[in-house]
Amino acid sequence: MAEQVYWDDVNVGDEIPTLQKNCSTQQLVVWAGASGDFYQIHYDQAFAKETGLDTIIVHGALKNAFLGQLLHDWVAPRGAVRKFGCTYRGMDYPNQDIVCKGVVMKKYIDGSNHLVDLEIWTENPSGQKTSPGTGTVTLPARG
Amino acid sequence: MAESVVSDDMRAHIGVEGSESISEVTSTGCRLFAHAVGHTDPIFYDREAARSRGFRDVVAPPGFLGSAVFRPGERIDTDRLMARSPYRRILNGGTTFEYFEPICAGDVVRSRSKVTEYQERQGSIGPMLITFRETSYVREDGTLVAKMYGNLINY
Repeated sequence: MAEQVYWDDVNVGDEIPTLQKNCSTQQLVVWAGASGDFYQIHYDQAFAKETGLDTIIVHGALKNAFLGQLLHDWVAPRGAVRKFGCTYRGMDYPNQDIVCKGVVMKKYIDGSNHLVDLEIWTENPSGQKTSPGTGTVTLPARG
Repeated sequence: MAESVVSDDMRAHIGVEGSESISEVTSTGCRLFAHAVGHTDPIFYDREAARSRGFRDVVAPPGFLGSAVFRPGERIDTDRLMARSPYRRILNGGTTFEYFEPICAGDVVRSRSKVTEYQERQGSIGPMLITFRETSYVREDGTLVAKMYGNLINY
């Protein structure tokens, strides 16, 4: 993990370090077990095709969890993820890159908390934002 | 706009909290979730690492609110939602997690959901019913630890 990021050093418009993912079908099965989402379109190709899909697709909630990791890895060890989420706008497929990105939209202080709001999203190999969302994190302040 | 598919029964359901679900946050559950995502921070895997960073125990990774305690014969919530919708197919439209306190292994979390809004839209995939839900997660000592906001799309 990278060095601690401090609230003071963050600027609106900053891009945070990207997180690259590429799900094997096995990872989707591990996720199914971990999350309890056993909908067959995520691991049973025949079932997925019957519902009209080209092939199995990556769970939306897994992409959301990737965005949670994106934020956690940026603020750790001393910051915390307060709020994050996304809408499931487009499908992603196994064995394709999913790149998680974030941009700082706002920095502010609420009481003793130093907060940052971000736009976050996953991007498919065509550069489309398949899971656009937002996040709020706390960061430590210098001094 | 076609006639609404939101029945009086569904409308009366808005804001009414459903039955309570219980989830257990275990170190095994945290590790499995962290592994599935690909987390590398040891606080999601190792008790000592978590304690050295000020947490009570292995930390639940972002998006993990414990494993539901199932009992044979109990139907899951989505089944009930499916039964209420006139459309057969369902998509998860999106999810947001809001944290008020860290969630750690050993926590038992009680949750209740309520429908906050219905929206009906004509999408590229035909008529859609979007159900917005909010779920509150309360630790055994009564502390509200997290909320989840989600929407399900029936079409």
